[in-house]
Amino acid sequence: MALHTPLYDWHVAHKGRMVEFGGWQMPVQYAGIVAEHSAVRSAAGLFDISHMARFSIGGPEALALIDHAWTNDAAGMKDTQVRYGLVGNEQGGIVDDILVYRWSYGWTMVVNASNRKAVWDRLQTYAAGKDVQMQDQTESTGMLAVQGPKAVELLAGLFEADVAGLKYYYATATRCRGNQCVVSRTGYTGEDGFEVMLAADKVVELADEFVRRGAVCCGLGARDTLRLEAGMPLYGHELSMDIDPFQAGLGWAVKPAKGEFVGKEPMLAKKGDAARRKRVGLTLEPGRSAREGCGVVMAGKSVGTVTSGAPSPTLGRPIAMAYVDPAHAEVGTKLEVDIRGTTVPATVVALPFYQRPKK
Amino acid sequence: MDPKTLRYTKTHEWVAVDGDVATVGVSRFAADLLNDITFVGLPATGKAVSAGKDCGAIETVKSANDLYSPVDGEISAANHEVATNPGLIQEDPYGQGWLFKVKMSPGASLGHLLDAAAYEEHCANEAH
Repeated sequence: MALHTPLYDWHVAHKGRMVEFGGWQMPVQYAGIVAEHSAVRSAAGLFDISHMARFSIGGPEALALIDHAWTNDAAGMKDTQVRYGLVGNEQGGIVDDILVYRWSYGWTMVVNASNRKAVWDRLQTYAAGKDVQMQDQTESTGMLAVQGPKAVELLAGLFEADVAGLKYYYATATRCRGNQCVVSRTGYTGEDGFEVMLAADKVVELADEFVRRGAVCCGLGARDTLRLEAGMPLYGHELSMDIDPFQAGLGWAVKPAKGEFVGKEPMLAKKGDAARRKRVGLTLEPGRSAREGCGVVMAGKSVGTVTSGAPSPTLGRPIAMAYVDPAHAEVGTKLEVDIRGTTVPATVVALPFYQRPKK
Repeated sequence: MDPKTLRYTKTHEWVAVDGDVATVGVSRFAADLLNDITFVGLPATGKAVSAGKDCGAIETVKSANDLYSPVDGEISAANHEVATNPGLIQEDPYGQGWLFKVKMSPGASLGHLLDAAAYEEHCANEAH
């Protein structure tokens, strides 16, 4: 039985096409993926991301717990800073990619829906004997994302704090019409925008207000094409227990200098193995799209596998991410993708596929 | 075409038979699920096709969907209008959005195709 976010009935009433994702019933689209995608690139879109797991962690040893479980450097974070990093396993693979928020009084973790239990169980194990308190707030709260060049304008005056003044990857604990919430300058679309956490029973009211102010309802379909254009990995596609952070291009989120953490030694050993396939971007000629599982071929020989692919609404041609042998991972390399028996040309390109215009 | 008089496959193609030529498209039910079509791959004229075997594809932003020939025979025409303007499939699935015609093999069977009422029931089951 899939879980419902606080917006389930709201999605149905707004004609969202509901699908199961990560154990939740979520809207895959409303009016259409391309229209929603374009709204985020040109104006502002609203996403229900309440399915993402939210853990609150406090206590004197919370910092030690997070720095043990996480590849990035928690000790080096400032209060209200948000940082991306990975939870590794003992073999140097990736259990999840998560955001960590630091507060003066504790920590918040935002974890992929499908990995809620895996991450929680690891934290519980690591916390044994430590003076920490953990709370899974996923179902008592909700989370909304407003993304796009008009996001700042759209949120104006809605929160007590000056959210327009928030720096990228910083957060503030504030109020919206008297209701406590957390607003962060974060997102998964490649656009400017915000993510808001608040009590489950206040989510509908805030979603209505965002729509009243012009945000376009967006589903998981647009979220996927937007993150793909932005070159962002998705757990279960580009990231898994069998992939290490370095081959995924996420070495910047691994901080060996901070000290010990789960997976550190095997990750570093894998980093030194030059034969590992690397995550690359591919563009194809207009036509059929490469999809997850399609083989990447050179001169009839398999050199990789596509992990995500779709027609890019912004570029007007199919784009994909793939893991390919390092010898063929150079930008500009001409490869082929096997789309269900038909091979089509593909070119290795630098990620991201899309970068928002600088103001 | 009047959808009530057409025959259907469980894979959501419709078929209009005129003599030994079957005209094929996708149903309104399928067209409504195929938002944002980005690519239509149609079989080449002269290609031999058999009932239930894939002979083309419709891709949306989210998915790649095979097209299946409803009958045995040879492709006698393909609607290249929809390849350049895939929106026709959604606007007019039973008219301008037709996809291809099959010149049926002698004795090609139609018995496996659903009538409109049976197809409607099939869709209701798929939509739960």
